[in-house]
Amino acid sequence: MTYDLRAFTTEIEGHGGDRIEAYAAVPESATPTPGVVVIHHMPGFDEQTKEIVRKFAAHGYAAMMPNLYSREAPGASPDDAAAAARASGGVPDARLVGDVAGAQSWLRARAESNGKTGVIGYCSGGRQTVLAACSLDVDAAVDCYGAFVVVDPPAEHVLKVTSLTGLLPDLSCPMLGLFGAEDQYPSPEQTATLAAILAEHGKDFTHHTFDGAGHAFFAVERPSYRPEAAVEGWSMIWDFFGRHLS
Amino acid sequence: MCTYNTETLDVHGSAKGATGWFPATRATVYFDHPVHHAAGHALMVDLLNPSRGASARVGLELDAESARELAHAILRTLDSVPEGLLDH
Repeated sequence: MTYDLRAFTTEIEGHGGDRIEAYAAVPESATPTPGVVVIHHMPGFDEQTKEIVRKFAAHGYAAMMPNLYSREAPGASPDDAAAAARASGGVPDARLVGDVAGAQSWLRARAESNGKTGVIGYCSGGRQTVLAACSLDVDAAVDCYGAFVVVDPPAEHVLKVTSLTGLLPDLSCPMLGLFGAEDQYPSPEQTATLAAILAEHGKDFTHHTFDGAGHAFFAVERPSYRPEAAVEGWSMIWDFFGRHLS
Repeated sequence: MCTYNTETLDVHGSAKGATGWFPATRATVYFDHPVHHAAGHALMVDLLNPSRGASARVGLELDAESARELAHAILRTLDSVPEGLLDH
């Protein structure tokens, strides 16, 4: 079933007590609902990711997406904000964790919350999902094609991003990974490395690599969209969050 | 993927953005997901003035071939400038 929903922009307390912008969508239902933090991709707090937030609400989850670029560009359009954040070095990992924690607290504090929260992110948000799930007490996580989880980016890149290999033993919850066989970042080999490391540490990691799909196969407005992979991927997400967040 | 592949540099000049001309002081060059160009990845250039806020920006999204041709055209143009003019 799908739920009627209410979507709105609000402010939450993010990393370091900063007030940051966030977009929320909640089902218009009085029954206890789980929460999902949606981490936007590098192009920012954009229309497409807001649509994903609403999709979660339509499926019975309270969802919130913190604007990771609130500090660099308050009030700016998403593309200008993304450009400003990139020019200033990107989102520091510690700040990301604090902002996701803020969204998680907001979701848990809702009177209708069932107390459980998941996290999901796409592209750079996939890596940040793994980071959040290794740094916070989360109930379930979905990494959609996050790159640079088990390998570092080339040293000359100015954005301060490193692999998360050292954090993987701290993964706090079951994790689902959804990847494209034609993607090189992360490549199927990198996905296999991630699975092996998590297995070594006894972590619950399920992953699926879709044939005929590359990076960003969920992105409906991009040429990379692969409907078969996206439809099946969404079905896996509903099943996974349904089992771990109910 | 979000490549994180980014170069930044100081520049001296002007750019015309959504609200008119502004002094451009920084440039960012990167290869990543475009916002508007219909491709998975593109070469992007942002001309910025951070002191005037995030909206003081001119953005370009070009496919790789166009970007190379543009870069070559800029260099050819500069190489053909008569001696002495580049100092002013």
